[in-house]
Amino acid sequence: MKKLYTYALIASLLFVSCSDDDDPVAVNEEEVITTMIVTLVPSDASTNITLKTQDLDGDGPNAPVVTVSGNLKASLTYAGSVKFLNETETPAEDITEEVEEEDTDHQVFYTVGSPLVMNVVSTNNDSDGNPLGTKFKIDGISSAGSGKLTFTLRHEPKKPNTGLTDAGGSTDLEATFDIVVE
Amino acid sequence: MSIFINFRIGNFNLDMKLKLPILILSCFLFSTLEIYSQNCDYNFSGVVIDLHDQSPLSNATLLIEGTDNIAISDNNGYFKFSGLCPSNYSVTVSHLKCKSKTFSIKLDGNLQKNLKLEHHINELNEVIVLAESDKGSKTIFENKISNELINDNSSSVLGDVLKNVSGVSSINSGNSIVKPIINGLYGSRVEILNNEVNIQDQQWGIEHAPSIDINSAENIYVIKGAGALQYSGSAIGGIIIAEPSKTLLKDSLYGKTLVFGGSNGKGGSIMSKLTRTYQSGWFSTIQGTFKRFGDFNAPDYVMSNTGFIDKSASFQIGLNQYNYGFELFLSSVNNEIGILRASHLHTAGDQVRAINSDSILYVDEFTYKIAHPNQKVTHNLAKLKVYKRFQDFGKVTFQYHFQNNKRLEFDIRRGINKNTSSTDLRLKTHTLTLDFDSNLFEKFDFKYGIKGEFQNNFPNPETGVKRIIPDYDKYDFGTYFISNLKLNKNWLLEGGVRYDYSKIDALKYYRKTFWESRNYNNIYSNIVINELTNQVLTNPVRNFNNFSATIGLSKKINNFNRVLLNYSIGSRAPNPSELFSEGLHHSSARIELGDLSFSAEKSHKIGLTLSHKKNNIIIIINPYINSINDFIYINPTEIQQTVRGSFQVWEYMQTNARIWGIDTDINYDFTEKFTLKSQISYLKGIDTTNDKPLINMPPLNFKNEISYRNLKFHNFLLSIQSDFTFKQNDFPNNNFEVFVPITGKMELVDVSSTPSAYHLLNFRSSVEFKKENNIKIKVGLSINNLLNISYKNYLNRMRNYSHDLGRNIILNLSLIY
Repeated sequence: MKKLYTYALIASLLFVSCSDDDDPVAVNEEEVITTMIVTLVPSDASTNITLKTQDLDGDGPNAPVVTVSGNLKASLTYAGSVKFLNETETPAEDITEEVEEEDTDHQVFYTVGSPLVMNVVSTNNDSDGNPLGTKFKIDGISSAGSGKLTFTLRHEPKKPNTGLTDAGGSTDLEATFDIVVE
Repeated sequence: MSIFINFRIGNFNLDMKLKLPILILSCFLFSTLEIYSQNCDYNFSGVVIDLHDQSPLSNATLLIEGTDNIAISDNNGYFKFSGLCPSNYSVTVSHLKCKSKTFSIKLDGNLQKNLKLEHHINELNEVIVLAESDKGSKTIFENKISNELINDNSSSVLGDVLKNVSGVSSINSGNSIVKPIINGLYGSRVEILNNEVNIQDQQWGIEHAPSIDINSAENIYVIKGAGALQYSGSAIGGIIIAEPSKTLLKDSLYGKTLVFGGSNGKGGSIMSKLTRTYQSGWFSTIQGTFKRFGDFNAPDYVMSNTGFIDKSASFQIGLNQYNYGFELFLSSVNNEIGILRASHLHTAGDQVRAINSDSILYVDEFTYKIAHPNQKVTHNLAKLKVYKRFQDFGKVTFQYHFQNNKRLEFDIRRGINKNTSSTDLRLKTHTLTLDFDSNLFEKFDFKYGIKGEFQNNFPNPETGVKRIIPDYDKYDFGTYFISNLKLNKNWLLEGGVRYDYSKIDALKYYRKTFWESRNYNNIYSNIVINELTNQVLTNPVRNFNNFSATIGLSKKINNFNRVLLNYSIGSRAPNPSELFSEGLHHSSARIELGDLSFSAEKSHKIGLTLSHKKNNIIIIINPYINSINDFIYINPTEIQQTVRGSFQVWEYMQTNARIWGIDTDINYDFTEKFTLKSQISYLKGIDTTNDKPLINMPPLNFKNEISYRNLKFHNFLLSIQSDFTFKQNDFPNNNFEVFVPITGKMELVDVSSTPSAYHLLNFRSSVEFKKENNIKIKVGLSINNLLNISYKNYLNRMRNYSHDLGRNIILNLSLIY
């Protein structure tokens, strides 16, 4: 029996020496969207308004930092664009390009929370002629007040669809901004 | 206790060294002497008889112990040994359908004697409930799933077949990923042995199905609880033992081919097995299975992307002599499994949509194609076993096992990673075991063994996704001693101890924010190897010393009644996912976090079995209580906001838990042809520290089956089974609220509520035709969920996204040759 213990020991030593001691390489998550920047260009060529949500630790414990650079004016219309970034990589990777390349598999939806009243409509289409929504316009803003504006990026939604409720697919991004209309 | 064992083992060592050469020498001397001094041409003949109906048993193997002298009974049960010397012999008679029995023969002339064998008590029962099957313990209730039931379910997965045993249920991820639950416990708490090899890789999550093809097994045993210490001390739920067929000591070639077709999933399976045996003990078996199913159906819709493909094969070769032998076993299981497309969700908001919807979120046309998300799982194993039996000493068995697991999990991804898997795990396991089964004392049997294991896990970083299970090396060493003592004709005492040492040496990248939020940067600063911008590379090393023990009593009250009582202590070291998880689990839309500081779980289980077996009735009642200290469970703690949306955070925690329950089996042949089979499994699981119910506890289940079987008319079988599952009313409330933009409100995410009770009817029928040359053809038709009931199963992780399976009509054809 003692001999067998010795053999077992030798065998286990052999196994130890087989294993390599190299450190594993770090994984940089390539698909993570850490940041969304929405730029609103007002029709009177005044200062652009930027809506930004940034979560540099991705799925980590820190919450995203959400900022809105200014208030909207009820008298104006806005041309909007959406940009998605992965800032865990340096330089930051522009995920918008990927989304636009796979345009038939993606769509950005806009949800206007009451009491806000405005029309938000996609202005760019995918290759099948259905809305893609990385570019959009805002008009019909009525009255002053404040409320929530939500942007949702859906992956593999049903296309065409009648809106978010009917689109299905899975949510790649969902960001809600507190908007004030003057 | 351990001092006692060491002392005993020391003694045997000495004994063995001195005794063995003398023994061999003396055997040699005596046998030579005998040849010269005695008349060695006596015959011993007779008929092997079935004790129950007095019919002769053909193909029984008779062996004169301590020699190679073997006889096989012929078609009339007749056997004959010749050229025997006058002496006292022990003759062991074994037969496929019977318990082996040893007879003492005193030979001082030609002798004719009939030998009676006892048929396995209820051979026709598909789930035989025998306490004396003795696979792991003599004082724990053991269930056996017969070969007939395995054949009839050749196209099913292991977890579904096991549900025929009372107290066994399953936790599912869809319909093809089915993990067995024994008395409320699953995962790392249930060991699965395929031909004595502990199957790896199935421990880490609900979505890891056991890599085993049931067709490679002849019988499957279920041992509830940690008492089978020769296999493991950590299986506090229980042990499942899949055994290949025993080979006969005769020149023969036999096999079987099973063909299945199922209406649900529009697929089928074919499996073939061929075995060649020789009287010399040589044998080899080759077996292969191919299964393919497309999308399965719920009663009202197609469950898109639920198809699967299974390609499995096994090969076995060996020499099976009474005194020595070896076996080489190779097995390969390759599965490709589609994951319900509608379950691929991302955020808590998506979950609200799914749960509040009456139907399914994603339906497509039926297809055989498996798209993302899906899994490709490969499990290859090699086993080498050598044994030698020493007269008046015992049997020594040495084994080496190698297992190679590869698991790819594909997700719905974007960009260049579209066809790259998001999980790529490669797990290699080497195991050495040495076991000694003593034959030193007549009334006191014991087994002693040691085990060493090395495991390496490599999660491929090329997935571009953070690794949930890190790189690690794991070292295990275990040693056990189990014994039983026949106190008298009716009482048997059993006891055993086991010690396991386990070391895990990991290399893990932590997200810096998580590392700091857990205060690991202060507690575990010494294990940091490298700091990057967002991540820290660490080298966690954990050692565990686990002790397990079992003690039990078996009392035969009379010929019909028996009582078993067992107390087992089991300890389980936390597994890598419980220690290291950190990140988003896509398929469940939740963030799962492990804990580096976990200690081992300790279970104390007391099980009582009362069995009553009389001619036409079997009743088994098996109450138990399992008290688990430092029980590891996963619990929701908070909501986490990310750019992607809100997620519920589930953290692994330790608590004290208690599970108690009762399993009941009744088998009543009320006429020669009609049988009633009844099964009740009930349990209650409580988190005693927080005084709340445990999650994922199987609800009360009540199964009744009435069958008609006519042995005289082609073994014609008709059966109808009622399977009633109650609503689970005891569950922890883990619901939470999230902001849903569409409604502009906070909405409740009801992840906790349990589905309503349901009642399924299952129908089976079959008929057999026997041809000459021992060829048997069996044709069967069965219908599962006969009434096409739409239901949800609490223990299916997909229950929030779809209903369970609708009606399935299965046609099967077996050819046994």
